[in-house]
Amino acid sequence: MDYAEVIGLEILYMIAFLVLTSAGLAIVFGMMRVINLAHGEFVMLGGYTTIACDKAGINIYFAMLVVSPLVVGMVGLVVERTIIRFLYGRMIDTMLATWGLSLLLIGVVTLIFGNTAVSVPAPISGYQVGEFQMGGYNLFIILVTAAMGIGMWGVLRFTRAGLIARGAMQGPDVVSALGYNPRQVYMITFTAGAALSGLAGGVLAPLTGLLPSSGGAYIAKAFITVITGGAAVISGTLSSGIIFGTINQIVSFAIHPVLGEIAMLVLAIILLRLMPKGITGRFFGDRT
Amino acid sequence: MTDWPSAGRIRWGWFLLAAAILVLLPLVTETLTPTLLLIWALFALSLGMMWGFAGLLSFGHAAYFGLGAYTYAIAVLNIGESTVPLLLSLIVPAAVAAAIGAMMFYGRISDVYMGVITLVVTLILFKFMSATAGDAYKIGAARLGGFNGIPGYPTLNAPGFPDISLFGMPTYYICAAALLLSYLLWRWILARSFGRVLIGIRENEMRCELLGYNVAAYKTGIFALSAAMAGLAGCLFANWAEIVTPAMFGLSQAAEVLIWVIVGGLGTLIGPILGAVVLGYVKILLGQQTLIDNSLILGALLIFVVLAMPRGVVPALQLVWGSIRRRARARSGRHGTRRRLGVSPAERV
Repeated sequence: MDYAEVIGLEILYMIAFLVLTSAGLAIVFGMMRVINLAHGEFVMLGGYTTIACDKAGINIYFAMLVVSPLVVGMVGLVVERTIIRFLYGRMIDTMLATWGLSLLLIGVVTLIFGNTAVSVPAPISGYQVGEFQMGGYNLFIILVTAAMGIGMWGVLRFTRAGLIARGAMQGPDVVSALGYNPRQVYMITFTAGAALSGLAGGVLAPLTGLLPSSGGAYIAKAFITVITGGAAVISGTLSSGIIFGTINQIVSFAIHPVLGEIAMLVLAIILLRLMPKGITGRFFGDRT
Repeated sequence: MTDWPSAGRIRWGWFLLAAAILVLLPLVTETLTPTLLLIWALFALSLGMMWGFAGLLSFGHAAYFGLGAYTYAIAVLNIGESTVPLLLSLIVPAAVAAAIGAMMFYGRISDVYMGVITLVVTLILFKFMSATAGDAYKIGAARLGGFNGIPGYPTLNAPGFPDISLFGMPTYYICAAALLLSYLLWRWILARSFGRVLIGIRENEMRCELLGYNVAAYKTGIFALSAAMAGLAGCLFANWAEIVTPAMFGLSQAAEVLIWVIVGGLGTLIGPILGAVVLGYVKILLGQQTLIDNSLILGALLIFVVLAMPRGVVPALQLVWGSIRRRARARSGRHGTRRRLGVSPAERV
């Protein structure tokens, strides 16, 4: 019984992990059809920001929930102004340029922080389920993800800004005819996506040691979660997060952790082959 | 054979000059670094053909490079003689690419999704090969060795004579011959109808399909050919490095070859070769100091090229050179007599 509970919690945590790390990418891809290959580095920057703040004596919750999103959001704004805005509508070129950005950011962080792992201890201690030791911090991550998901849904569904954002996604011409500037909407969207990536990086920072190349660990999972999910931001990310998280943990527990990841990637290829428009494109139509 | 500017044609003078330089180079310098640069050039050439002429971008071409290297190492440890392993290192990547390509192209998956799938395949191989430490993972006599890779296999030998091992200078000449022959192979393909149809698919896929060409078969074919060439490059790399590691499948390897090709030039064959040689040499120089990180330079360069000259350096230079020549011709009064029909892809930016 305890074992089932442990597996259940681990699956829930994996789903939360996938949704958290792909939210920023999902917003940018879903709203703007831009695939940001530097997404992993945005997450990594969020982690470094949190660790740097912690070293400077700033409260760690404040650092990960406020400072990291702000800092990475600023980085995202600069990137959008200097690179992305010239490449709208050229998806492959955007992928190439953001891959270059990813290498550039790895180089810059290596220059500043050096090529050694830095880490910060988890602020919440573990607890016991029967004979199993569980990480208490994982529960915090699940909570943050849930709050973030509800927040995103609320903003998109109930606020004027969300309405305009959804409008710009469906018909940029109509939005601009109504007096809004789609370019400005894109700029804000990209900044918001970067900020969410920063949040993910900050929240995940205490879990593992961070290296300049850590972004590579996030990008693959976030990438397949978003693309498989399809263009609908919230329902897509959530549904593919649930599928991949469950598969990953079940195979990991049943056979081997590495096979869990490989099973997830293979499943992604099969799903993309069957549903090139993603899960939401296939079953839900193009709604949010 | 008619002279179609859209596919470019071979200039034998330049080709023989390049061949002569490659033959004579060992007289003036050591061969270890030039060998590596030639291998990288071959790898870039394999991707450059597929991306520049067929318009298919494989984000994870490192997969076939690594597969070729691993196939060679595993096969040569089991067989001992190197001729069959060398052939296998072309066949295995080609077969894998044909399977993946058929799955994608017959399913009408293109551009971005193709990028995702090719990248994910590379990641799967990287993850798998990194996790194969221990005695449980071995193929015949070859232990896969996880993150440490496979060391200590025999290098290439003269065909039929396992005792005559080739290393050093002979490896250099093998790599040079492989590069020159591969170049000629691509040129030959581009001059045949297969190559024409590939260019047609790049320009307008639907029109080709309506004309009755089996577009998916053509795409799968060039993907497999390109993968075989990447596998050959991987096999030669395995002979150069004398160790194969999962890093050959890594993201940075995948990014590097892409950068060589796009910086060098899309839609040309010489562009990817020059890109690989120049940037590869820069990488080696940067590796000798610790002040500036290699990935910083490469990243900045990639962003700059995508923004400023999306088709690469060589086509941009050709464009400049072409306009200078046209202007010179106009001044000498022969304006309008030799107007070309259409613009060659190398000149189109």
